[in-house]
Amino acid sequence: MTTNSIAAFHKAIQANETSCTESTMSFIQKIEAKKHLNAYIEVFEKEALERASFLDNKKRNKEKLGKLFGVAIGVKDNICIKDHKLSASSNMLKGFESIYSATVIERLLAEDAIILGRLNCDEFAMGSSNETSAYGKVLNAIDENRTPGGSSGGSAVAVQAGLCHVSLGSDTGGSIRQPASYCGVVGLKPTYGSVSRYGLIAFASSFDQIGPFANNVADAALVLETIAGKDKNDATSIQNEVDSFSLKPLKKQKIAYFKQAIENDSIHKEVKASFENLKTRLEAEGNIVEAIDFPYLDYLIPTYYVLSTAEASSNLSRYDGVHYGYRSPNAKNMEEVYTKSRSEGFGKEVKNRIMLGTFVLSAGYYDAYYTKAQQVRRILKNKINDLYSNFDFILSPTAPNPAFKFGEKSEDPVAMYLEDIYTVLANLVGNPAISLPLYKTKEGLPIGMQLMANDQEEEKLLSFAQQLEM
Amino acid sequence: MSVYDKYQVVIGLEVHAQLSTKSKMYCADSTAFGVSPNTNVSPLTLGHPGTLPVVNEEAIVSAIKMGVAMNCSIRNENGFARKNYFYADLPKGYQITQDKTPICGEGQLKISVDGKEKNIGIERIHMEEDAGKSTHDLDPFNTLIDLNRAGVPLIEIVSKPDLRSAEEAYQYLIEVRKLVRYLDICDGNMEEGSLRCDANISVFLKEKEDKFENFGDRCEVKNMNSMRNVMKAIEFEFKRQIDVIEAGGTIDQQTRTFNAADGSTAMMRSKENANDYRYFPEPDLPIVYVSNEEIEKIKAEMPKLSSELFNEYVNDLKLSEYDAGILSEDRDFAAYFNELITFTTNYKAATNFMIGPVKSYLNEHAVEITEFPLKAKSIAEMLKMVEDNKMSFNVASSKLFDALVKQPEADVSEMAQKLNLIQDSDEGFIEGIIDEVLAKNAEKVEAYKNGNKNLLGMFMGQVMKASKGKANPKVASKLIQDKLDS
Repeated sequence: MTTNSIAAFHKAIQANETSCTESTMSFIQKIEAKKHLNAYIEVFEKEALERASFLDNKKRNKEKLGKLFGVAIGVKDNICIKDHKLSASSNMLKGFESIYSATVIERLLAEDAIILGRLNCDEFAMGSSNETSAYGKVLNAIDENRTPGGSSGGSAVAVQAGLCHVSLGSDTGGSIRQPASYCGVVGLKPTYGSVSRYGLIAFASSFDQIGPFANNVADAALVLETIAGKDKNDATSIQNEVDSFSLKPLKKQKIAYFKQAIENDSIHKEVKASFENLKTRLEAEGNIVEAIDFPYLDYLIPTYYVLSTAEASSNLSRYDGVHYGYRSPNAKNMEEVYTKSRSEGFGKEVKNRIMLGTFVLSAGYYDAYYTKAQQVRRILKNKINDLYSNFDFILSPTAPNPAFKFGEKSEDPVAMYLEDIYTVLANLVGNPAISLPLYKTKEGLPIGMQLMANDQEEEKLLSFAQQLEM
Repeated sequence: MSVYDKYQVVIGLEVHAQLSTKSKMYCADSTAFGVSPNTNVSPLTLGHPGTLPVVNEEAIVSAIKMGVAMNCSIRNENGFARKNYFYADLPKGYQITQDKTPICGEGQLKISVDGKEKNIGIERIHMEEDAGKSTHDLDPFNTLIDLNRAGVPLIEIVSKPDLRSAEEAYQYLIEVRKLVRYLDICDGNMEEGSLRCDANISVFLKEKEDKFENFGDRCEVKNMNSMRNVMKAIEFEFKRQIDVIEAGGTIDQQTRTFNAADGSTAMMRSKENANDYRYFPEPDLPIVYVSNEEIEKIKAEMPKLSSELFNEYVNDLKLSEYDAGILSEDRDFAAYFNELITFTTNYKAATNFMIGPVKSYLNEHAVEITEFPLKAKSIAEMLKMVEDNKMSFNVASSKLFDALVKQPEADVSEMAQKLNLIQDSDEGFIEGIIDEVLAKNAEKVEAYKNGNKNLLGMFMGQVMKASKGKANPKVASKLIQDKLDS
């Protein structure tokens, strides 16, 4: 049990060494002190303290306390919180306030959590460096010249810098795991459908998943078991309820890794060395680690970008300047309400992706791009399914590089997209995957390792992840 | 021979039927009609960020019923798709519809024009959601948007290009409306927009064979809000297209709008400007599986359709096709008749009563059969009196009927007594009257016996008058003849 874990906090609460109010207050002060990191877009100071006091009363009155009692949670600004602003870090949603709460928020609150505020991210969750946010970049607390990764950069830094107990992010192609890796925290993307997407601003509907950032695996597990399970408001959610995970040691696991993923030149030397180190360790602990020939790596990024942008181009159509959000003051007619509002309201990266997605769905190109990519996705799913008949997990680094410097890749979108090479597979096939902060470069930059498991095997994944964390 | 006679019109219809489900296609918002603008709107209908659709199962059942009624194949695995376009009353920027996997595949619908039956092919039926309503003429500066209708479930019924005249199109729409009303899945009101129709119209030279390759390019005509207007639009388009062709021009595929003021059509957009809707599978909705057992269950629960009732009336009740057609046209009217014949086996008399006084009453009062005050049992009692010779059909269907519809709770026989309408069939009583009448008219009796048979009517009239209308005319007529001929 680490000192900053939820369990440690709850122990202190039980021993009356701290209170929800005190804990919340200290987070608020720390957020203020670390304001330059730009992790939070908005802090719900008054509301959080009121809730903390309400919860303290609840404890005084000896009422039953929820499993996230007093836990301070930051929420990526693409998740709806009733009566609070919601922007997806975009000017397009300037001034917009959500009139309902996402299922995950309802579930966290039902377990007595405290929502601290809204966290910065790449605009509409599109980016790998948090540089596309309309609120400016988030700084990596380990090296402020470096990006925290993206798109959930604010969520990663909030945990990294101790600005909350845990945070929520969303992961469409690696947006939880890659920043977790860059910031040295735990980041978990659940199985597609495990966590309701109701109230998550859609980027790519068949990829998006909400998941936790945490200081340790146990905290991530606690958040996940709270938010996961069937939701009637999301037709793609799993059919079963999720009660609680019990994490237990697993021995003699069979772990696969893709030869092509490790044996190539684009992977950072120290990342590769860390991976080799982990492999040796796992074998020494009695597991089997096997290199698998997986000739599909080159297809992952193109397939992901064709499908995710196609869905995004449609999902983002509702931001049209007509009903809510930004409307261009320069629009003189109906058509211009659309064209000007969208041209002025969306940032460059979002527009890139809308155009790419619109293109791949267009008459005459649909079959060559969208249909083909769907076929590749199905093949990948089958191949990975087959693999799980022989293996328990798939292991890889989370990203080919440690956190890069601001501006380093912002002029080269393809280089930026390649940072997703290890993470997109889990989104393409729907598997749960976790990034664990197991290594550091000589300079002290975190290196995350990613463990992927079969659909709905979160309990097994978290169990093994906890073992690695030790 | 007019130039128009050289050409044959080809029509395919796309009918949108608004389903009368309680909630919307993909969310729990009410579909209630006539409430204040923008009240049946949740975050889902408003297209707010983060909202997700959930399929309304009642709508699926309705679509399946329509498919079964049109002999369509029913799909087990139903996928949804997004149709992307920008419009102010489409808050999501896309419509959730079905593209490659419509719930109902090919089928047909029988229509009848001038006594000739014809099967019209059905291409498909699919489910989708309605858009909101834009009002451009209420506010001088702004377009007003009402999203109450946004998300209301629709089925779109697409016919094959099998219709060959405006009259056939009209009959097709009549049959479609009959079906949706029989199935109780849509109120079928075209004027209010719960049934909408777009027509794809083309022409070809009659000298060529009637097959798809020979059809000209089609124009799609929209915005016809009545069946008559559909006919008018077809007639207009038919002539317009021929005029263009005869003047050496060509018909280009385009979308046209119907102008109800003068019955004309005008171009809305050309093929070049047609939207690219960028259909793709709706990622927010998984495949909806409908098992064969579920389809069978829905079939079993379906009411008898117009065509079935028609056949029963003709074959089992031995009614004329004309009578059967009128009785089966409206579901509730047929249901009333069906109840009536549980009390009587005199089907023809029951039919006459329905088509005669009952229908006249409905027409005169402009009400539906569901608002008709008399119980079927009361009519059955009237019919029984006619059968028992207690009164004539005419008396029952006029005097007694008129009195009863004003006092529907009254006892039928008491009312008949009160109005003194019960006839006397007692031969002794009637004979007495006849004897009196004949005695008074000895000269005429003589004349009758000398061959003036026309006088029978006069005797009959005198007898009825003397009996104050209570003598059973059948009995009286027979007795008079017996006496005169003896």
